[in-house]
Amino acid sequence: MATDVISESGARSDFWQGVRLSMPVVVASAPFALLFGAIAVDNGFSVLEAFLMSALIFGGASQMVGIELFGQHVAPWLIVLSIFAVNFRHVLYSAGLGRRISHWPVVQQALGYFIMTDPQYAVAEARAQSGQTVGFAWYLGLGLPVYVFWVVESALGAVFGKLIPDTHALGIDFLLPIYFLGLVMGFRKRPLWLPVVAASAAASIIAYKTVGSPWHVSIGAIAGVLLAVILPPHHSGVGERP
Amino acid sequence: MSTTFWIIIAGAIATYLTRVGGHLVISRFDNIHPRVEAGLNAVPAAVLTTLVAPAALSAGPAEWAALVVAALVSLRGGLMAMFLAGAAVLILARQFVG
Repeated sequence: MATDVISESGARSDFWQGVRLSMPVVVASAPFALLFGAIAVDNGFSVLEAFLMSALIFGGASQMVGIELFGQHVAPWLIVLSIFAVNFRHVLYSAGLGRRISHWPVVQQALGYFIMTDPQYAVAEARAQSGQTVGFAWYLGLGLPVYVFWVVESALGAVFGKLIPDTHALGIDFLLPIYFLGLVMGFRKRPLWLPVVAASAAASIIAYKTVGSPWHVSIGAIAGVLLAVILPPHHSGVGERP
Repeated sequence: MSTTFWIIIAGAIATYLTRVGGHLVISRFDNIHPRVEAGLNAVPAAVLTTLVAPAALSAGPAEWAALVVAALVSLRGGLMAMFLAGAAVLILARQFVG
């Protein structure tokens, strides 16, 4: 009984620790959720449909691309394929995260993958790297506020779309790149960090200029990952740890 | 049901498959080859870089200033500090260079 109370309060403080870490993500993604809702209605979605898309897909960039193509009356299968292409980077995250959360019950894992986003994966990976376990309560604390705010703000954006002030002056369109740079910097102690970042940056820029968005994300990511795979393992520090 | 509704459902299923797919494939192997592990360790920096680099390249002086300041702050401070510093520089710089 006593241990129950202790572990329950431990889980509760883990949860709130996760919630604290989620706040920058909530702030950075809020404008995009509002913007998504506004654009969705502008492109012929109803408020309910905008809400559903955020609640079920929960992937900002892919939702923006989907809405854009929908507005251009592109064939439905191509819209779905584009959403898949934009989200394809999750395959890599999923393989990495699986090593951290395989001790969870299956239902919790299934939910964990559902709320996995770029920051969710990066922050969880950073925690695992610092030697702490990635527990379900902590992970949920990190992800749940992002999800709830994302869905609610999407609906608000759809209802009040026209009320968003000058987004450019507020710097809203560039908040996510700044946040993602912070996440990249957070991994700078990893072996091969600089070569991987350089390879991914070069490949993604070239792909962006030639093949175009959204393929630059997958192409750039694969370039960085391949470099780490091809270089002899002792460069990557993998053999050093038991 | 409308076409829009089915696009959303299919898009949601496709997205969830990307979120569980990597794990379902990797978990089929009993032990992970060192090279695969090295590749997995490179994933966060590799993917996140692709979300920054092209955006930075097609941006202007205000965005570059924000990124440089944010990167410098991140060498010492935490994620929130670097984010707020970058956002502050961006908003300030855009008042001058648009």
